[in-house]
Amino acid sequence: MKKYDVVTTLSYPKTGAMGKTGTWRIFRPILNKDKCVKCLRCWIFCPEGAIIRKDDDSVEIDYNYCKGCGICARECKVKAITMEREE
Amino acid sequence: MKVVVDTGNHIAALAAKLAKPDVVAAYPITPQTTIVEKIAEYVAKGEFSGDYVCVESEHSAMSACIGASAAGARTFTATSAHGLLLMHEMLHWAALARLPIVMVNVNRAVGPGWNIWSDQNDSMAQRDTGWIQIYCSSNQEIFDSIIQAFKLAEHKDVQLPVMVCYDGFILSHTSMPVKVPEQKEIDDFLPKREPKWVLDPENPVTHGNIIMPKDYPSIRKAMQDAQENAKKLIPDIAREWRERFGTYHGELIERYMCDDAEYILLTYAALGAESKIAINELRKEGKKVGLARIRFFRPFPTEDILDLAKNSDLIVLDRSISIGMEGPLFTEVKSSLYGKSDAKVFGYIAGLGGKDVTYKDIEKMVNHAIDGKYREVVWYDMGGC
Amino acid sequence: MALKDLPREEYLLPGSAACPGCPATIGLRTVLKALGKKTILVVPACCTAVIESWYPNSSFNVPLLNIAFEASGAAASGIVSALKQKGRDDINVVVWAGDGGTYDIGIQAMSGAFERGTDFIYICYNNQIYSNTGIQRSGATPYGAWTTTTVSGKGEFPKDMGAIVRAHRIPYVATACISYPEDLYNKVRKAKEIRGSKYIEVLTPCPPGWRFPMDRTVEMGRLAVETGVWPLYEYENEEMTFNGISRAIFEGKYKRKPVEDWLKLQGRFSHLFKPKRDEERIKRFEKFVDDMWERFRKEFG
Repeated sequence: MKKYDVVTTLSYPKTGAMGKTGTWRIFRPILNKDKCVKCLRCWIFCPEGAIIRKDDDSVEIDYNYCKGCGICARECKVKAITMEREE
Repeated sequence: MKVVVDTGNHIAALAAKLAKPDVVAAYPITPQTTIVEKIAEYVAKGEFSGDYVCVESEHSAMSACIGASAAGARTFTATSAHGLLLMHEMLHWAALARLPIVMVNVNRAVGPGWNIWSDQNDSMAQRDTGWIQIYCSSNQEIFDSIIQAFKLAEHKDVQLPVMVCYDGFILSHTSMPVKVPEQKEIDDFLPKREPKWVLDPENPVTHGNIIMPKDYPSIRKAMQDAQENAKKLIPDIAREWRERFGTYHGELIERYMCDDAEYILLTYAALGAESKIAINELRKEGKKVGLARIRFFRPFPTEDILDLAKNSDLIVLDRSISIGMEGPLFTEVKSSLYGKSDAKVFGYIAGLGGKDVTYKDIEKMVNHAIDGKYREVVWYDMGGC
Repeated sequence: MALKDLPREEYLLPGSAACPGCPATIGLRTVLKALGKKTILVVPACCTAVIESWYPNSSFNVPLLNIAFEASGAAASGIVSALKQKGRDDINVVVWAGDGGTYDIGIQAMSGAFERGTDFIYICYNNQIYSNTGIQRSGATPYGAWTTTTVSGKGEFPKDMGAIVRAHRIPYVATACISYPEDLYNKVRKAKEIRGSKYIEVLTPCPPGWRFPMDRTVEMGRLAVETGVWPLYEYENEEMTFNGISRAIFEGKYKRKPVEDWLKLQGRFSHLFKPKRDEERIKRFEKFVDDMWERFRKEFG
């Protein structure tokens, strides 16, 4: 990544540009891997891209950035994801 | 080198062609139209290196130039008065984005009512945008300034857009002989643009997202520093041009008979040329007067003004007015002198809305000041002297 | 094609400034996967301009030019022109603009870009309001909707932007919805391969703007299509093709769910139901949707 030296509003790509947005959560999604059928709906519908798609198409939630919107739980057809209140 | 006799607008189009821009995005408006038409002619003849985008408004013209310049292109456009005002938002944008766009603004009065004749209110109203501003007094100067503008704008220590202004009809539609260098000679003077930032999938950047107050002032300071750098480069570029091509119009300002002058007339654009005749006539009468023609209004030539004021009083002639205050040159000249000079400064406003101002009128104004009749800002158009 | 066929690469990075449940980011993730790395985005003032996060960081891993609200189409024209001169017309130039920057203040620049045949994709993500400035009405806001500037419900119907864009006779005009990612992905992939101007309008249901819980975003988009409020179609070479459920609606094979079912789930329409049912306005809304499908049948049947 080359940084330009002219002074103007140039910003560079960063994961967590707003910091660890996981701190925004009130509810957190809990994934039951046994129920998961790897349909990838949660992966494609996550607004944050906080559902990580693994090589075998299983998924994992990145709690660093998950904002707890609950779309994944809502869209999972086999109810493999439930929302639980953060402590 | 050949001599071309043509109108200011056609000369501007020729200069734009020889500068080899990658993209021209423009919209017609009187009295700039013959520029865009001439460029269209070049395109039709296959003589134009760039892509010509016929946008649907001036705001879009500047927006397209910004897009093109951000993608690494050398860009050019032209407009006038209402078109300039319409793109005002994007003038700010281009300068803050540090994009070296070059634009011709053919000066024209602002309406309502519709007034196609010349004064400098339109471009003076852009003096806060961060654009470098040049005011031309001859077609040769138009040609030279446009090519030099690209060199200045694209310089690594500047990276600011430049507007080259000249009077509608007085220059835009008047033919004068102009010495035009060969394309190869222009290429030697003006190398290809090397962008200092660019939209490139190999190095993804986001330009222009939210910036917090604590970070913003540095952007402004960098623009200010860039204009200060421009001040130092302008004389170098002018002298290089003179060495290569033989024509020269001064640097930040052009001095004429200032050395022993007791009074120096300061003005810009076509009135700058007309004033030379007035100065000559007054000199014949034995009056010790000189002329400092302001070429660059931004960056403002404060050091030159201070120098002129060392041994002379200054008579300022504006062809524009900042309503509620004075002519902009008058204000800024005084500001340059504040606390550093005892020189008297007299303010005259003439030629608004294209009202004719001849060298005889200018003589009257200068005499008015010399004869001690000045009390406050003089609106010459309204019978002020 | 299935979801597993969508590329893994993320060009919108996690940890952006978007609201939880934001449909724009759902749309962007899919759209950017379809476009790939060789893409330059043009983004006017809109929610996405904020979602990018702030200087010196960006949540976008493709080059992105922010531009003034009304100027997307023009800025894109300039970029396309510059890339062409540099022999880089293999780079996708894509506008990603809200309905404000498309239907209203941005319409002129978009129209001009289309009329010039600019080789780019214009994607309007439509959340039916000026969302970024805090939920004011736009030319895309539906009849009867509350916004901060239509407090008792909008009295006018939205512009038929699809018809306006189709009237420019550009090679590809489509509608999509974030709730149908395969459809959106396919449309962007198709647009990418066509030379000339392409327009895709994506319905993006906004939780704070439409007043529904943030986990219902995808559901709200789906129901908009199932009720027929939002048609999914492609218009290419003057031929209209409806997609998925919209096709079934068009062919009379699917009975649209009641529009009311969609209205009732959104707080922005609650005044049509409480304290008293506003039959007249509900009927007008329903008639608008009926008339739209009637017009489709007349024009494309």
